[in-house]
Amino acid sequence: MAHFTCEVVYRGIFQKNLAARICRGIVLSARKAGRWGIAFGRYGDSPQRNGIPAKDFAIVADTVEELEQNMARYEPKEVDVTICVDDTLAKGVESWAWYGLQPISRLTVPNGTLLMTSLQTPEHLLKDIHKKDAPYNLALISAKASFSGLWVYKEDHTEARILGALAKIQPSFLSLDAVCQAIQEAEWGSELKASSARKAFERLSSRPVKITEGNPETPYAFEMPKWWEMREGVTIPAIPVGKPMEGGKGYVPERNPYFKKYTTRTMRPVIDFDKCVKCTLCWIQCPDTCFDVTPDGLYDANMESCCGCGVCEAVCPAKDCITMVREDAFDDNASQWEMWAKDKPGYTTWLGNKIKSKEHVVRSHGFRFRGQYEEEIKQDLEQGGIEITAGIPGENAGSKQR
Amino acid sequence: MAVVTTTPPPAATASGDTELLISGSEACAEALALADLDVVTAYPIRPYDTVMQAIAKKIANGQLVAEYIVAEGEHSQFEVVKHASTVGARVFCGSSGVGWMYAMECLTVTPPLRVPMVCMVGNRALDDPGAFGVEHNDALVVRDLGWMLIWVDTAQEMLDTTLLAYRIAEDRRVFLPCAISADGAFLTHSQAIVQVPSRAKVDKFLPRYDRGDLLLHPDNPITVAPQANEDWVIEIRRQNNEAMGRAYTVIEEAYADFRKVFGRGPENPWFEEYMTEDADVILMGMGTISLPFKVGIRNMRAKGKKVGLIRPRWFRPFPTERMAAALQGAKAIGVIDRDYSFGSPFGSGVVANEIRAAMYNAEKRPPLLSFICGLGGREVTLEDVYKAADLCFEAASSGKSPLKTQWLGVRE
Repeated sequence: MAHFTCEVVYRGIFQKNLAARICRGIVLSARKAGRWGIAFGRYGDSPQRNGIPAKDFAIVADTVEELEQNMARYEPKEVDVTICVDDTLAKGVESWAWYGLQPISRLTVPNGTLLMTSLQTPEHLLKDIHKKDAPYNLALISAKASFSGLWVYKEDHTEARILGALAKIQPSFLSLDAVCQAIQEAEWGSELKASSARKAFERLSSRPVKITEGNPETPYAFEMPKWWEMREGVTIPAIPVGKPMEGGKGYVPERNPYFKKYTTRTMRPVIDFDKCVKCTLCWIQCPDTCFDVTPDGLYDANMESCCGCGVCEAVCPAKDCITMVREDAFDDNASQWEMWAKDKPGYTTWLGNKIKSKEHVVRSHGFRFRGQYEEEIKQDLEQGGIEITAGIPGENAGSKQR
Repeated sequence: MAVVTTTPPPAATASGDTELLISGSEACAEALALADLDVVTAYPIRPYDTVMQAIAKKIANGQLVAEYIVAEGEHSQFEVVKHASTVGARVFCGSSGVGWMYAMECLTVTPPLRVPMVCMVGNRALDDPGAFGVEHNDALVVRDLGWMLIWVDTAQEMLDTTLLAYRIAEDRRVFLPCAISADGAFLTHSQAIVQVPSRAKVDKFLPRYDRGDLLLHPDNPITVAPQANEDWVIEIRRQNNEAMGRAYTVIEEAYADFRKVFGRGPENPWFEEYMTEDADVILMGMGTISLPFKVGIRNMRAKGKKVGLIRPRWFRPFPTERMAAALQGAKAIGVIDRDYSFGSPFGSGVVANEIRAAMYNAEKRPPLLSFICGLGGREVTLEDVYKAADLCFEAASSGKSPLKTQWLGVRE
């Protein structure tokens, strides 16, 4: 008797189809050895919104009874493998409805595996991943986060690579042959994706993580009230008005202490305060009231509140004043204005490093020009070690123009 | 602007009440004026529209100062008063039949938001066929949602119950909406002698509506009705259930106070008992159906048949123990539903199955017969009453319940 449970932590909407495909792949691969399984998403993180952290699950077991034994709950309380398909989720997962911040490896069993797609080193990722009171393995597939949209799926083989990696991690449940067979059946017999799975199997890097390693910060928690402690009439206290910053100057709005929502962010605004013309547009247009007004009349995006939508950058009329930078370039939520006020030359250097790196300012999601999809697919597949000989799936890139 | 008064000033009686010849709907409007209503919304559908006309007249005549909002449909009609109530207004609304159905979404959100809205449902058959006659299915549709439901029988009872409904619904322990059901035509359109109390008496009985900590106001900043996931919903339902549970005490208190202030009103708020003390057979039915039953019972008593009537008033909250106790002495019970519940246990109407459920744990469970009668406003004849009673006597002597529900007054 044995069973195997996986969760896929993903970005709502952008990776919805990816997560569902991974979980289906796990069950269909395990089925090759006669096992039973279920792939499901729970509605807890819905309504899914762009970028909000969400989860899908896959459970496989030797018998139907054992499968039911592990399914008879809302969602698994522990998983053998946590699969994380966007490395900015290493900072933690905050559900849309007041759970507090959950470390990415919260459900991973002791000596289980956290499997991530990332271009970062394990050491760099462990600055984000919270400490766990049990050892586990951190396994990495070298790939950037695969983002698409509500109705579409990015054909960059991420799901095949994940399945190939799982064959390495849990060979007793998912043999590489079974995984490749299941992939081929789903792809009308094409060998292309199965070879991506094999490459991932060969290349998977893994390292043990000790209990002393990881981000030492205690994630903020939230205790849910009893029914008689809750206000009646489906009412909650409104967020009170804010306060001046210091010395009666500036303005800091009060924010929801139970739902900070910053784990939704895949990019953050970086502000060049020397270029700010104090026009107030970012402050007014921000849909999350995330800007603090500083005593000197500047606008400082509060990183506990910003969900990275990019509206501030879009409305800012000053050239190069606000630049969206990928979240993996940052290790904390420190105030940029405080850094700038303390050490202006130091801040200028820091800022320059962040916005000059092409890697960091490339958009994490969405497409800006015709042919971008095909261009990215080519890069992504090369990254995965697959040589394309029979054309790229999807539309013909040659006929598109920049 | 000159106000044309169509009704001559009524004469005051010795008790300080004034006596008026008014319909059930007009009696409701009299109570609303006495309760100093703040906001009322209207959208016409028969037979409820008689109330909105009566209120409009009161406002036009200067007898009531209230916001009168004509909505573009029942959905908006109920939404408007819901919001008015959250900012502290005493509100009234109403509808009938499919109009009530069109407001369904608003009817479901009112109890969890703890809005003490008082409504009048002029009971009317649901379409199709388009019809105007009485059936109770319209109001019964909300029976599981946290609405308090009461059926009244006379214009006097309508006036008194409207005042009671505000007192009960607006009690901070309850804060639930209350729908008063009035049989279309038989009550809404029939004028009878009604004692209308003085405003001074009503003020003594009915305190101002105080929404307290749930008041939507800049001085009390709250968010009402945020989205919630599975970690919150069952707690909110539990709160609703507790409020409905507390309504039992509040209803008892309110009726006791009503009797003290007005010198009338039933001692038993829950149901009316007519000749039940020594009854072998107890018949039951809600609303104006009591009239042919009371007459039929008197005729049968004259021939030595011991029959009595229980007319339930409060359907939600349902007086489980008290009802079961009142039925303990009977040798057979006949429940007459002016509603249907197709495919239900025994094909019975809604009330019959509620009574069955209430009796399940009772010490004695007399045979219970269920009848469906008077649908779509069909006349309930004395022959129907005799037939129901005769079948009950047969069951009383055999000790067995015929399980099949009988339809009375159908052409066959």
